[in-house]
Amino acid sequence: MWRLLEFVAMTRLVRCVVAALALVLATPAGAQTVRVFAASSLTDAFTALARSYEATHRGVHVALDFAASSTLATQILQGAPADVFASANPIQMKRVTDAGLQLGPPTPFAGNSLVILTPSRSTVRTFDDLARPGLLLVLAAPQVPVGHYADEMLAAAARTYGSAFVDAVRSNVVSREPNVRQTAAKVALGAADAAIVYASDARGLTGVRSVTIPPALQPTIVYPLVVLKSGGQPAAAQAFRDFVLSRPGLAALASYGFAPPP
Amino acid sequence: MRARLSPGLLIGTGLVLMILLVLPTLALLLRAARPDLASALLDPTVTTALRLSLATTAVSLAATVVFGTPVAYLLARFEFRGKVLLEALLDLPLVLPPVVAGLALLLLVGRRGLLGAPLAALGVHVAFTSAAVVLAQLFVASPLYVRSMKAAFRSTPRNLEAAAITLHASRLRAFRRVTLPLTLPAFVEGCVLTWTRALGEFGATIVVAGSLEGRTQTMPLAIYAELESNLGVALAMGAILTLAAFALLLLFRRLTRST
Repeated sequence: MWRLLEFVAMTRLVRCVVAALALVLATPAGAQTVRVFAASSLTDAFTALARSYEATHRGVHVALDFAASSTLATQILQGAPADVFASANPIQMKRVTDAGLQLGPPTPFAGNSLVILTPSRSTVRTFDDLARPGLLLVLAAPQVPVGHYADEMLAAAARTYGSAFVDAVRSNVVSREPNVRQTAAKVALGAADAAIVYASDARGLTGVRSVTIPPALQPTIVYPLVVLKSGGQPAAAQAFRDFVLSRPGLAALASYGFAPPP
Repeated sequence: MRARLSPGLLIGTGLVLMILLVLPTLALLLRAARPDLASALLDPTVTTALRLSLATTAVSLAATVVFGTPVAYLLARFEFRGKVLLEALLDLPLVLPPVVAGLALLLLVGRRGLLGAPLAALGVHVAFTSAAVVLAQLFVASPLYVRSMKAAFRSTPRNLEAAAITLHASRLRAFRRVTLPLTLPAFVEGCVLTWTRALGEFGATIVVAGSLEGRTQTMPLAIYAELESNLGVALAMGAILTLAAFALLLLFRRLTRST
């Protein structure tokens, strides 16, 4: 009796495992996969774009890889097989195009702005509060686009607010995170008092609010997009790129908080 | 009698894994061995990260030995209710993904954390400090030491200690003069494993301590950051870590073989 039960349980288990594997490994017959490497800040917007693209293009699967643009550029330079690269700044894009890996020039497709992200109940109200002693401030790493933009913004602040103010802000920095989403996560978890992220990142999070940064200090934020040789399917990559740049594509980006390209 | 497998077959199939385990390190060292290696090693990022790594791992290793030895002795020599559960709990950090360990630590000592919130009220902050780096290392690496020592205490015959005590040695003296020398190889093994694991700690550290040069950016975190801006420096640090770990393993082999 027990033997029988065991046998039944085992076959069930095996069936479950096989079904799970099939689910994981399944790609529709004859499906074409477009591999898109996109900046962390594009996570929500590009996931939505990819799903709507798949809905209108039967047999095409868009595989997304999100990380800091600097990480993605490094991976592409090391031979990662990507079809499309969407960077959060021109510097990381230039690393790729300098190596001659692109098919056609990069196209700016979005803009953004910086905000201070803080827990809803925090006492951070204005830009000046960043200099308050003891504040735990988190930025992205200097080579990560949003970290680079934050450094640019602080350099601009040094000119108008004075270098003593900026030194006070810098002394509050407790970490330089590997990408914008992890930077925001430190505030969302309540571990940090403030983070400098993109306006678009503040949208999908709960328990946080954003504090504006004076327009005079805002750096120019540009997201360029390029089709790469390394993917080996230029037509499909080109079609996805055109979709991002189309009116519905740009409207979707706007609905996720991105500005038109400056 | 069972026929022995032919060595040819063993070597043939075993070679797959052997190549897989050796080749990546070789690739790293070959790439790192460039003329600018020396200057890359003197880069302030490298020296700062190296100093921080050495300091934090020294503290976490010392804490592991001080607090881990009694735990190992207790688990090896005493039976009590819930021991199985306790042992499983103490081993958990070893199998936990490091990122999860970091998240757990952050939810403990972070500003809104279980302990972090009351500590913050007292003006004490642990998250994003060098203390958090040590905490992460202690959490993920100390169970390795406890495991080594537990096995060693278990295999040390109790009657040797008893004999020492009948010869008028105090309990502590018997422990020091009889038990400890017998567990020396396990002690070295435990320390080597714990230290190298702590030295390589990445996932938990970046979550609970963040990454700030000179304060929380240890070697692995610095390698990750430099990978995108200065590959030469990242390679140099990778080579140091690899060679240090390898030298330590060799030394450990020699030590255990001679005892």
